Amino acid sequence: MRLEVGNIMIKDVQFGAKTEVNNGILFVNKEELAQITGDDDHISSVEVFLAKPGEQTRIIPVKDVIEPRVKVSGNGGVFPGFISNVDMVGEGRTNVLKGAAVVTTGRIVGFQEGIIDMSGPGAEYTPFSKTMNVVVKVDPIEGLHQHEHERVVRLAGFRAAEYLGQAGKNIEADSVQVFETKPLLEQVNEYPNLPKVAYVYMLITQGLLHDTFVYGVDAKHILPTIIYPTEMMDGAVVSGNCVSACDKNTTYSHQNNPIIHDLYAGHGKDFNFIGCVITNENVTLSDKERSSNMTAKLVEFMGADGVIISEEGFGNPDADLVMNCSKIEKKGIKTVLVTSEYAGRDGASQSLADSSEYGDAVISVGNANEIITLPPMKTVIGYPEVADIIAGGFDGSLGEDGSITAELQVIIGATNELGFGCLTARES
Amino acid sequence: MVTIKVVHYINQFYAGIGGEEKADHRPEVREGVVGPGMAFQKTFGEEAEIKATVICGDTYFNENLETATSEVIAMIEKYSPDVVICGPAFNAGRYGVASGAVAKAVHEKLGVPVVSGMYPENPGVDIYKKYAYIIETANSAVGMRKAVQPMAKLVIKLARGEQVGSPEDEGYISRGIRQNYFAAERGSKRAVNMLINKLKDVDYTTEYPMPVFDRVSPSAAIKDITKAKVAVLSSGGPVPKGNPDHIESSSASKYGKYSLQGIDDLNPENSETAHGGYDPVYANEDLDRVLPVDVLKEMEKAGEIGSLYEYWYATVGNGTSVANAKKFAAEIAGELKSSGVDAVILTST
Amino acid sequence: MCTIVPISLTVGANRIVPAVAIPHPLGDPSLSREEEKKMRRKLVEKALNALQTEVDGQTVFDK
Repeated sequence: MRLEVGNIMIKDVQFGAKTEVNNGILFVNKEELAQITGDDDHISSVEVFLAKPGEQTRIIPVKDVIEPRVKVSGNGGVFPGFISNVDMVGEGRTNVLKGAAVVTTGRIVGFQEGIIDMSGPGAEYTPFSKTMNVVVKVDPIEGLHQHEHERVVRLAGFRAAEYLGQAGKNIEADSVQVFETKPLLEQVNEYPNLPKVAYVYMLITQGLLHDTFVYGVDAKHILPTIIYPTEMMDGAVVSGNCVSACDKNTTYSHQNNPIIHDLYAGHGKDFNFIGCVITNENVTLSDKERSSNMTAKLVEFMGADGVIISEEGFGNPDADLVMNCSKIEKKGIKTVLVTSEYAGRDGASQSLADSSEYGDAVISVGNANEIITLPPMKTVIGYPEVADIIAGGFDGSLGEDGSITAELQVIIGATNELGFGCLTARES
Repeated sequence: MVTIKVVHYINQFYAGIGGEEKADHRPEVREGVVGPGMAFQKTFGEEAEIKATVICGDTYFNENLETATSEVIAMIEKYSPDVVICGPAFNAGRYGVASGAVAKAVHEKLGVPVVSGMYPENPGVDIYKKYAYIIETANSAVGMRKAVQPMAKLVIKLARGEQVGSPEDEGYISRGIRQNYFAAERGSKRAVNMLINKLKDVDYTTEYPMPVFDRVSPSAAIKDITKAKVAVLSSGGPVPKGNPDHIESSSASKYGKYSLQGIDDLNPENSETAHGGYDPVYANEDLDRVLPVDVLKEMEKAGEIGSLYEYWYATVGNGTSVANAKKFAAEIAGELKSSGVDAVILTST
Repeated sequence: MCTIVPISLTVGANRIVPAVAIPHPLGDPSLSREEEKKMRRKLVEKALNALQTEVDGQTVFDK
């Protein structure tokens, strides 16, 4: 599969009469966006806000972040199985409004939603303090079941992103990147002298606010499968707003998976990047055993010499990580693991819930338990009072002055386990 | 520039009071520098000043750990230091333990950073390394000169609130504490580089060595469960409706103790889960799915167990540190024992 | 009583009874309430049996 990604650099976002991109400025017709986002009988209200880098703005509770993209040519459309038909994506040309993002907020569904600060100390920990954010605050009708509430807001976000992405369809891109992975046998033959590397992409799949979807299907019901890395870039994998905010792979993270990007960067030079295996992290032991067995088998089947395995979440998914690692290493295939740490607020406890002698190459994306104080902001979009109850918050997290003292856990993407940021931890 | 205030803790030997025969010397404080303090003061120059030196005999300290610690702390506190230096103790075991105990108390009670120096095998290292930056030293006072430089450097850094580097860079013994920092490259790039090295069999350093956990020996079996008092506990966050203790949905700092009196069944009216790490819908519909109270109450009535302890304990295991879990467990176990509980069913999610 | 037995083994539990699933270790929402309770009783019985069994190290009661 060969995908051209055309990046249209968005340097500002403003409300305007017509939704369009003009000279790097994304103009948004507020009413039209609200109407399309809210096109669901289960939604009672939609409000649209803009949040830009450097502003004294806080968004809470954040559910998902989505990058506006549009298919220019090639099969299918963005978010197949949700917004578009279930066509195979990952080929042709996709345009991206680079630097813009849709952020969904609204009444809290569960504990796993997070915070984005556009400036101040918290901004350093989230990639979404650097994007021009179109924030849609979506509230459902009364009496909606939690699972439904989550689904309704998730789909609303995709509609908003798809609508904005359309504005980039006929715009000339500022830069074009080409990503290509060939069918396995061809790909293997292309660089016969380089070690073959695959990527094991673990998706959290544990129910409410812990789900991930692949081509519209709830990934807890899939067996691990091989997919082309470019499929991800068209939204084949989307977030169901999983786990603590810090560890959450937002839909934006899936669209821009940095491991895939950095593997492509070394492809043909240091190694031969032959493809991805996506697998899940389910809630029963037999599912975990089955999925890790299948993952190890697929990696072997592809002929990989080495893999990077990224975890999503923490706690019981540490068991999935360790199973994937040891089962793959036992086949003589080398592994590097990417995980966050939960070492306690003082950093003195064990960081993982499970362990394996095979896990000798680990990338740490930081200790999520570390405490941070976020100063009050001039503007708060959403519902600040949830600071006390979201994962990483505690009784009294929200100060009287509007400041928030909580664990890094509460910040969207703070310890993203795709290695999106530079945060890490060391012994001291 | 404001001069940094330092208090120095040393033993009777380094104070020139005497050796083993004077090891029962009681705590005393002297203004200014004593013994090895001179070398530190020389290195500090104008930047820092050792305001006082607290001296205690090693035997006295070790035989009167609690009183000695509070006497020493009271003396240190009077000078409101920015940093406290303990030792260096090299390989002197009792001096190392005393220095460590002082470090721990200074850290916990005064919240002031501590710099010490010890030989890695000094027993004080293992017990107290969490509470101080312990510079690795030679095994005897021959290493004094070499120890003073890195210790003094850390004192200045800590007093100024500057970021302390890695153990290798600064020369201290790893405290076993994970500390965040921003690396030069993003995580994904570091992962790719590590894989390239691993594939080439080139040296690489894991960023997190896999954890090791404690083991305990199993308790003896219960002879007759129909005579036993059974308690039920959970890390799955089962709490009375409304989560009265506000147990955190993640990274719990506390546990709750709740009465089972008058409860034969958990239901959405009387209970819910506080846990933020799993889909709560099923637990909130019927919390017996996490804490099997309905079955245990029936078993109690039918005489299948001797009795069900009248309280349940609950915390949230989600992202909760082992250190917190250990603390909760020690307290809960103590209460269960004194309440005559024979057996415990612990459920986890 | 836990679902992810390998974690219990790693962290050092001695008497381990495998449970159903993380969000409902002692239940199964796909069963009728009556069947579900029966199953829960079986699991608790297993735990009581484990408590009455001498073990000399980490033991999983999966029979």
